Amino acid sequence: MKIGVVTFPGTLDDRDAARAVRIAGGEAVSLWHADTNLHDVDAVVLPGGFSYGDYLRCGAIAAQAPVMQTIIEKANEGLPVLGICNGFQVLVESHLLPGGLIRNEHQHFICRDQKLIVENVDTAWTSEFTLGQEITIPLKNGEGGYIADQETLKRLEGENLITFRYSEVNPNGSMNNIAGLRNARGNVVGLMPHPEHAVEPGFGPDTSVAMRSGVDGLKFFTSVLKSLVEA
Amino acid sequence: MPKIIVEVMPKADLLDPQGKAVGNSLKRAGHSVATVRIGKRIELHYDHTPTEADLEAAKQAAADFLSNGVIEDVVNVTVEA
Repeated sequence: MKIGVVTFPGTLDDRDAARAVRIAGGEAVSLWHADTNLHDVDAVVLPGGFSYGDYLRCGAIAAQAPVMQTIIEKANEGLPVLGICNGFQVLVESHLLPGGLIRNEHQHFICRDQKLIVENVDTAWTSEFTLGQEITIPLKNGEGGYIADQETLKRLEGENLITFRYSEVNPNGSMNNIAGLRNARGNVVGLMPHPEHAVEPGFGPDTSVAMRSGVDGLKFFTSVLKSLVEA
Repeated sequence: MPKIIVEVMPKADLLDPQGKAVGNSLKRAGHSVATVRIGKRIELHYDHTPTEADLEAAKQAAADFLSNGVIEDVVNVTVEA
């Protein structure tokens, strides 16, 4: 199974995302922002970073990139797409997910191991989790405050589109503690925290068992590989 | 150079952390300001006098790309000769 990882100018975490794909057992394929060809990948990851220097609005210019036009089209046809951090911002700017992300309420860049509650497992990227499961993966952002109008929030809650909520602390002022969303079909998921940084013992968050042994992020990638095999 | 000016502001009912930080700083410096909100002024430059069509195109770009309707309002799109 081939999973594409997009690189925009200013992307940072494409290598980590590709590594996560490989550790999960998939084949990682590099996709380039200027190329409209997705090279027959079965799923796409939009990794974190600061595409186009966060100019205009985070993710706004990346949403206009040639590769995104193909991704938007294919995502609407069911291609699994995961947007992490800046990738989540690209997804909202592409209107594949609703709402927006603004500067953290307390105005600080935040970098911490973050507890999340898995609120939905009916997606291509979360099927290996159990509903209500608490996971810990790194969070690192300056503009991660999720906002939407009341009508949209009501729809997100009513249609069960909230996929991850922050647990214990709301690190950035996100409305309804929203850390991640899915689309109605469940093929598109976006979240601010970074699953690709928690896939390998020795490099993940601390756990009660051992330092840096947390690999909760791996299930995002094994979930999508499983959903592709079953599809 | 003839230009079209696009002005974008964060929505009135949403938090503007940048404006809040600047407001706090102004207050610390003794200003009697109550709140501050920070928006954007975007200048589109033309090598000709902008036509009605240019203005319409600018308004479209302002709504679709230069602003995000979820978090911002376009408050002004005007030709400045």
